[in-house]
Amino acid sequence: MAKKIIDIRGVSKSFGGKTVLKDINLFINQGEFLTLLGPSGCGKTTLLRMIAGFLQPDEGSILLDGKELGDTPPHLRPLNTVFQRYALFPHLDVYDNIAFGLKLKGVPEDEIEKRVRKVLKLVVMSDYEDRDVETLSGGQQQRIAIARAIVNQPKVLLLDEPLAALDLKMRKDMQIELKEMHRKLGITFIYVTHDQEEALTLSDTIVVMNEGRIQQIGTPIDIYNEPVNAFVADFIGESNILNGTMIRDRRVSFIGHDFDCVDEGFGENTPVDVVVRPEDIYFTTEAAKTQFTATVKSCIFKGVHYEMFVDTDTGNELMIQDYDPYPVGSTVQLYIDPDDIQVMKKERTTNALEATVSGEGSIELLGGTFECNTAGYTAGDKVRVEIPFDAVDLQDDCDAGELTGEIHFILYKGDHYHLTVKIDGGGALYVDTNDIWDKGDLVGVKIPKKKIRIVGAL
Amino acid sequence: MIRKILCKGYLAVLLLALYAPIAIIAIFSFTEAKVLGNWTGFSTRLYQSLFMGGASASLIKAIENTLSIGLLAAAISTLLGTVSAIGIHNLTARKRQVITFVNNIPMLNPDIITGISLFLLFIAFHFSQGYLTVLLAHITFCTPYVILSVMPRLTQMNPNIYEAALDLGATPAQAVRKVIVPQLWSGMLSGFILSFTLSIDDFAVTLFTKGNQGMETLSTYIYADARKGGLTPELRPLMTVIFLIVLILLLAFNLRTIRQSTNKR
Repeated sequence: MAKKIIDIRGVSKSFGGKTVLKDINLFINQGEFLTLLGPSGCGKTTLLRMIAGFLQPDEGSILLDGKELGDTPPHLRPLNTVFQRYALFPHLDVYDNIAFGLKLKGVPEDEIEKRVRKVLKLVVMSDYEDRDVETLSGGQQQRIAIARAIVNQPKVLLLDEPLAALDLKMRKDMQIELKEMHRKLGITFIYVTHDQEEALTLSDTIVVMNEGRIQQIGTPIDIYNEPVNAFVADFIGESNILNGTMIRDRRVSFIGHDFDCVDEGFGENTPVDVVVRPEDIYFTTEAAKTQFTATVKSCIFKGVHYEMFVDTDTGNELMIQDYDPYPVGSTVQLYIDPDDIQVMKKERTTNALEATVSGEGSIELLGGTFECNTAGYTAGDKVRVEIPFDAVDLQDDCDAGELTGEIHFILYKGDHYHLTVKIDGGGALYVDTNDIWDKGDLVGVKIPKKKIRIVGAL
Repeated sequence: MIRKILCKGYLAVLLLALYAPIAIIAIFSFTEAKVLGNWTGFSTRLYQSLFMGGASASLIKAIENTLSIGLLAAAISTLLGTVSAIGIHNLTARKRQVITFVNNIPMLNPDIITGISLFLLFIAFHFSQGYLTVLLAHITFCTPYVILSVMPRLTQMNPNIYEAALDLGATPAQAVRKVIVPQLWSGMLSGFILSFTLSIDDFAVTLFTKGNQGMETLSTYIYADARKGGLTPELRPLMTVIFLIVLILLLAFNLRTIRQSTNKR
């Protein structure tokens, strides 16, 4: 049984009223390569900086080897960090940069020299010890930054997007070297990145984060093959994310067809999200195997494979990757293996919100006033309301609606877009639409009177 | 061709206008005549009298005051300015803008106004005026320049290096000493030199803050001396020596920069 080296318990953090991390619970085993993965602003760097001691959690605690770190300052924590932009000391040469930590600890000079030479060999920079760090290339600087951290033999090495500033080729090489270094040193690595491919390549365990919450923890294979929700499926690799209905155990319906699958326990006729990876949709010429047909809309050569977009017979768009191209305009026969269909519980099926009845026939919702049937309630009542995803009307003109907001997250679901709209002044609405919006677009929000349904008092 | 001659000629006239006054002082420092402009034969007597104690005690005292005030004011302003710059750098963008603006005002403010307002301040608080008030006044007008010369170094600095030092086991004080200060060193040095020259150069502020107890710096001494009737002849070799020191320092500084940039390459 692996030993927990770091244990994060119920950690929350907010900056100026904005919640950055919300109730994070996570443990990291001795010797593990763990990656915090998420889009920018998801809180992954904040979490890393808390472990390093540069930030204090508002709530919760972080334990190292079973002992609470509390407000132990960074210089007393047996952890070392590799910073995103190297953060080498420009006034010191390579040797003195690496020896910096050891000199502070009062390690004898001959011991320092031995250890510096050893790590320089490990990062393949042996002949560079007298060089000025500013004369080194980005990749070389990064190696020195890694050497400077591991020479102190930390219990845990924290890496904050260490490869983000390198070009693609160099990044790939460094990934392999990092993995090799991790194997040789046996130190626990906590790695922060927004690059899903990097995370899949390097990690023993991936923690997918979004909006300050952990979405999923698992091995790269688990995360890729069995994403727990639409966000993870969309963020990791390419995917077709579709609305579906679980007819019964091992039988799911989506894109207008019924399929066998391997998932159980969702109940009967339950709305679900279905994920199918583009490489898991197969072409066939056998009528017996064919599950549905489609028309090829586009076909692009991507190096290893072709990427095709097809319109299914029921009007859904799917992305397919295959080694063989199919001509645009041709009709193709397709099937999906039961193993390759990932069924996920829907996080929500409607907008469920809290509102206040503000008068006869009007309610206050998310800071705006909407018309609505308020029969049975009086002004001042707090009520629970439901608004279907497709009832929300988005307008180009910010002044056109009762509320204004910003398109925050876009998910394509085969025949429509599922948007998350952040409402100015707090809160969010989920919207199904056929219109094309871009992330960051500012919109006016309208909701027709009939579509707002009061479901009960609070 | 004519164009070339015109260009060279223009440059020559320009340089002549700039350096002729200094050259005249230097030339006439090697003659004994009391009045500037009279050549009474080559002599190094003025130099001898300047360095061997022939010059008036009050001139020597003024030189000492100028140098000690210059060095002290420069050192203290450099310290204050550097600490302030680090503080200002760590403020939020909005506060930083406000403070930077406030910092710029004393630099644009005419010296005469700085001088009079400090004079009134010292009077109001019944501060007896003399060496200390001049020193305080010089620190006051030098510090903003130090802040101004240190700030760009801070903005250029990788914001993570302070944290990197902490991460490697340095206490906050060690991190500042071993990592931040070496980064700011060149800014601090130019702030120091700037402060020193500003202090030596200053006349208006010093005049209003030196009081009437006979405390003089070189600039106020020369002013008083000139009003009494002609410059003391020893001032000629003194000016020449000061000019030479500045020239040598400037050459050394430039040579060092050139050598550094070739080393880098």
